[in-house]
Amino acid sequence: MTDTAPAIELRGISKAFGPVQANKDISLAVQPGTIHGIIGENGAGKSTLMSILYGFYKADAGEVFIRGKKTEIPDSQAAIAAGIGMVFQHFKLVPNFTVLENVILGVEEGGLLKPSLAKARRALTDLAREYELNVDPDAVVETLSVGHQQRVEILKALYRQADILILDEPTGVLTPAEADHLFRILAGLKREGKTIVLITHKLREIMEITDTVSVMRQGEMTATVPTSETSPEHLAELMVGRKVLLRVDKTPARPAQTVLEIEKLRVTDQHGVERLKGIDLAVRAGEIVGIAGVAGNGQSELLEVLGGTREATGRVRINGEEMALTGRHADGRTRRGQGIAHVPEDRQRAGLVMPFAAWENAVFGYHRDPAYNRGVLMDNEAIRRDADNKIDRFDIRPANCRLSARSFSGGNQQKIVLAREIDRNPDLLLVGQPTRGVDIGAIEFIHQEIVRLRDAGKAILLVSVELDEIFSLADRIVVMFDGRVMGERDPAQTDERELGLLMAGIEGEPDKPEWQAIDEQWERVEAEEEAARHG
Amino acid sequence: MDFLTALQVLDSTVRLSTPLLLACLAGLFSERSGIFDIGLEGKMLAAAFFSAAVAFTSGSVWMGLLAGTAASIALSAIHGFASITFRGNQLISGVAINFLAAGTTVVVAQSWFAQGGRTPSLPPEGRFQTITLPFAEALRDVPIAGPIYHELISGHSILVYVGLLAVPLTWWVLFRTRFGLRLRAVGEAPEAVDTAGISVVGLRYAAVAIAGVLCGIAGAYLATGLQAGFVKDMTAGRGFIALAALIFSKWRPWHALGACLLFGFLQAIALRYQNIDLGAFTVPVQVMDAAPYILTVVILAGFVGRAIPPRAGGEPYVKER
Amino acid sequence: MDRMPAWADAVLVPLISLLLAAILSALVILAIGESPVEAFRLMVEGALMRSAGWGYTLYYATNFIFTGLAVAVAFHARLFNIGGEGQAMLGALGVALVCLYIPWPHWSLALLAASASAALFGALWALIPAYLQATRGSHIVITTIMFNFIAAALLNYLLVNVMKPAGMMEPATATFPQAVHLPTFQDMFSTAATPLFRGSPANVTFFVALLACLFVWALIWRTRLGYEIRAQGHSETAARYAGIRPVRIVVIAMLISGALAGLMGINSTMGEAERLILNSTEGAGFIGIAVALMGRNHPLGVLLAAILFGFLYQGGAELALWTNIPRELIVVIQALVILFTGALDNMVRMPLERAFLAARRRRTRRAEPAE
Repeated sequence: MTDTAPAIELRGISKAFGPVQANKDISLAVQPGTIHGIIGENGAGKSTLMSILYGFYKADAGEVFIRGKKTEIPDSQAAIAAGIGMVFQHFKLVPNFTVLENVILGVEEGGLLKPSLAKARRALTDLAREYELNVDPDAVVETLSVGHQQRVEILKALYRQADILILDEPTGVLTPAEADHLFRILAGLKREGKTIVLITHKLREIMEITDTVSVMRQGEMTATVPTSETSPEHLAELMVGRKVLLRVDKTPARPAQTVLEIEKLRVTDQHGVERLKGIDLAVRAGEIVGIAGVAGNGQSELLEVLGGTREATGRVRINGEEMALTGRHADGRTRRGQGIAHVPEDRQRAGLVMPFAAWENAVFGYHRDPAYNRGVLMDNEAIRRDADNKIDRFDIRPANCRLSARSFSGGNQQKIVLAREIDRNPDLLLVGQPTRGVDIGAIEFIHQEIVRLRDAGKAILLVSVELDEIFSLADRIVVMFDGRVMGERDPAQTDERELGLLMAGIEGEPDKPEWQAIDEQWERVEAEEEAARHG
Repeated sequence: MDFLTALQVLDSTVRLSTPLLLACLAGLFSERSGIFDIGLEGKMLAAAFFSAAVAFTSGSVWMGLLAGTAASIALSAIHGFASITFRGNQLISGVAINFLAAGTTVVVAQSWFAQGGRTPSLPPEGRFQTITLPFAEALRDVPIAGPIYHELISGHSILVYVGLLAVPLTWWVLFRTRFGLRLRAVGEAPEAVDTAGISVVGLRYAAVAIAGVLCGIAGAYLATGLQAGFVKDMTAGRGFIALAALIFSKWRPWHALGACLLFGFLQAIALRYQNIDLGAFTVPVQVMDAAPYILTVVILAGFVGRAIPPRAGGEPYVKER
Repeated sequence: MDRMPAWADAVLVPLISLLLAAILSALVILAIGESPVEAFRLMVEGALMRSAGWGYTLYYATNFIFTGLAVAVAFHARLFNIGGEGQAMLGALGVALVCLYIPWPHWSLALLAASASAALFGALWALIPAYLQATRGSHIVITTIMFNFIAAALLNYLLVNVMKPAGMMEPATATFPQAVHLPTFQDMFSTAATPLFRGSPANVTFFVALLACLFVWALIWRTRLGYEIRAQGHSETAARYAGIRPVRIVVIAMLISGALAGLMGINSTMGEAERLILNSTEGAGFIGIAVALMGRNHPLGVLLAAILFGFLYQGGAELALWTNIPRELIVVIQALVILFTGALDNMVRMPLERAFLAARRRRTRRAEPAE
């Protein structure tokens, strides 16, 4: 009985957050010693389901069986006791603790720290040898690269003797080659008999590494199939519930005059670490320039400088006019006056004021425009009329401008931002992660609007960590790594592998295994940052 | 200033620093766990009243200490209830606790003793007596070291020594024990503690309870050690000076000792000399009164090194959307 | 989706909190051996049943409107200004300087000048904490607390060493000249036949306070500045993105807040004491916190909450006069109101939200056709 029992079995799990039903009556069985993928769009309820399994959230209804035995998991303590480990999408590490301190937290031996630290140090050496999980035990976690922080998370789980390991979107912050290294580690763990659950929204990863795959859509489990018996197209259809257009229809770009010119742009953050190390870039009217890169390599800083929320040095010209990079004119207000519109990467924190009504958000950043004002007072009637027009044209639902921004879905929130920015008919549109957390229907609409703006002869600078999105939208691809431009490629004449190496800072063919080359790159970057912090 | 006067001022510094130090360490435990505590003042005040009241009625200073600590812990429990269980605003909760103590102590004092919001003066057995350390008398006449040992080191009440011992103890607990590791972790990254299978709520309540105990001792010392009874608003801003010392020390135990001694010294000077004549001009006593607050603002402004509080401080831990 | 209708959030939550505070206060009165019913009757009689009682109630309310608005404006920018007390002290100093050292022909001119001076002094006292918060991230709660103590020391110094007339024992300034005497409600509303508000301190400043309510309402919900203050209060990242300069907003919001707190000085110093005394604020700066929390940071709410606290203050004074209950009972009630409407907000809100959610589910289920 126990031999054939699933490692994990969920029966009838339901979970609601206030009025939102995140999981609806979900059942799932994961066989021991396999890698089981769970795929679904953002917001489909994958992370919630696994967080319930790990005791982070409590289910409203349903049962959990671990190795055939009914198990109550009221908190993470119980999950750890049941041999479950989880690597969250947003790491759960204490940033100013060392690796060792993070590893022993919660599983210390007795009341004093000394013996625990010594034991963990020995164990880490063994684990590192066994699974290619090298990391300095005395390093302070916040100084490590994301890839290395992820290793600490895996080490934490293994140190707790987990034989079921859940990973939530583990490759979102990794280069393709780092992801390959991670997958090799996972394959090694599988050989040792461990069970692995991999949550992702990337079809490629599912096809590459999993044995079985479950598909979630809008809080429900729609299918579980052996990976060998399915195809990416089929999975995509299951995820979305209909056939998906994976490419955007667009004509070749007809670039005209240069709108944006960037020369030797440099940014240093508050810790003294250089985030942009001399960027040169130009964007012309009528083209979309896509910036590819792993998150955290300076793309966000570039958008922030251009959008006016971060100071920099160097030269930037917009329509031939010099742009202030420091001082009071280096702000969003001045930038908007120069014809720059900005769809920020994080719409919930930057692009919208969530408690504001949709109509208040519809003029956010343009609220000083005389059209919306009468003397010192704002013309709320005019603003609401304007908001209704935008809701109409962008098919924003529900079509009620008095609702607060947080009452809208992710896709509709993004449409509010996009409507506001495109409506101003800017010369240059900055777009960061335009479809993050957006449902597929809205993705198509948003992509079409961006292409339409290009066709109207505007310049567009797109930043996305989704290579698929870059490939389908960009007319030119620029790869960033460690605050530098690694190179420029024509989307028609490159592929994911070449871009992936560039994203890891490697030009041409590496002379050693890819993952090793990448590790060395990262170690160099970490050492530099460390030096800058203390220097 | 001659040697003996200097010794007396320093002696008074030690006495005046003790309540600051205990309250400061209380704040340190609480804030290291991520719970801001601007209710130190109120907890001390409540402890001062209840320790004096019970010491007077029972005739036992130890019963008084127990009662004062219990009152302080009760206020800690309210703070925990509001800011941990119900994830309320920790600053507002602290403000409420200060007023709750300020009002309740007077209302109850009036009801129990009918002396206009004070307790009767405590008899000797209702107070903590000074302790003479071994050989203090014998060594008295040894030049320099003798008077220092006799005046400055010996001859304080037991709570003064408790306060001083609390410093290394706090350091040891914080940096050498499992509890300390978890406490520091929960103040920096509660989600890491939660997913490591440790109760965030439990840890924070523990920290807040420790803060209650320490504030309780601080308050009891005020009413039954430093003075002989409770009078209305007798903490007189000490809770806020302790808070200032906590920021000054950047949430570190040994530095807290230094900051509290400094602020205690300022109080001792202000107490002994009203206006200080520096020849060319006079430093009015009000400058001494305001000095701890001004120093804290200067520290907060980052002119003398930056004070960075625990990362999760002040933020209630909410994991569900 | 919002979990609860706006009216419930604005009205039901504070009312339930108030009810809880009242129940606990009644228990406190019971515990010290007095009758809560009798105490309440005394309070109502003393504060509301006679026009003189109203005169005191509205006098206190005037103070609390100013300090409550001060806290509310800062809250909109997500700044917790605990420094109302110190800012009001400085405002009172500004009033005293204008009234003592400039000869005024008429009270109305003096009122204008004193208001400007009070607002200016209060605003300046808020400026340093505001600037440090905006540019150096110094926590404004701590700095404003510190500035309260510094203000107290400063006033103590000025009154004892500088402004006290020779030969006087009490640390206070000389009495203001008769010309700057503000009309009281008694002056304004009494007729020879029916004396009203006799001997009570309510004065023309109350109407200044009402104007201040109107001003704050227009500022927060009708002007660009208010829009920017609210945006900054909800999300600094968003404000920065929209080209709103956080430093500017933090400083301006705190200047307005400090000015409002400072304006309290005209009521207490020019309207009542007619000279500057130590502790002229009597804790009104702190009551502003309770008033703003209870009034949900809306000027109308602040007005109502201020009148409620005015009633409590006047009623509390009556209690102290006729019973063994000291005035400090009001401090207990104030603490409970802050606790329930501020810190324990969720305790009241969460069950209510669940109730509304359940009611909505029932409604939608009924609305769906049976299959």
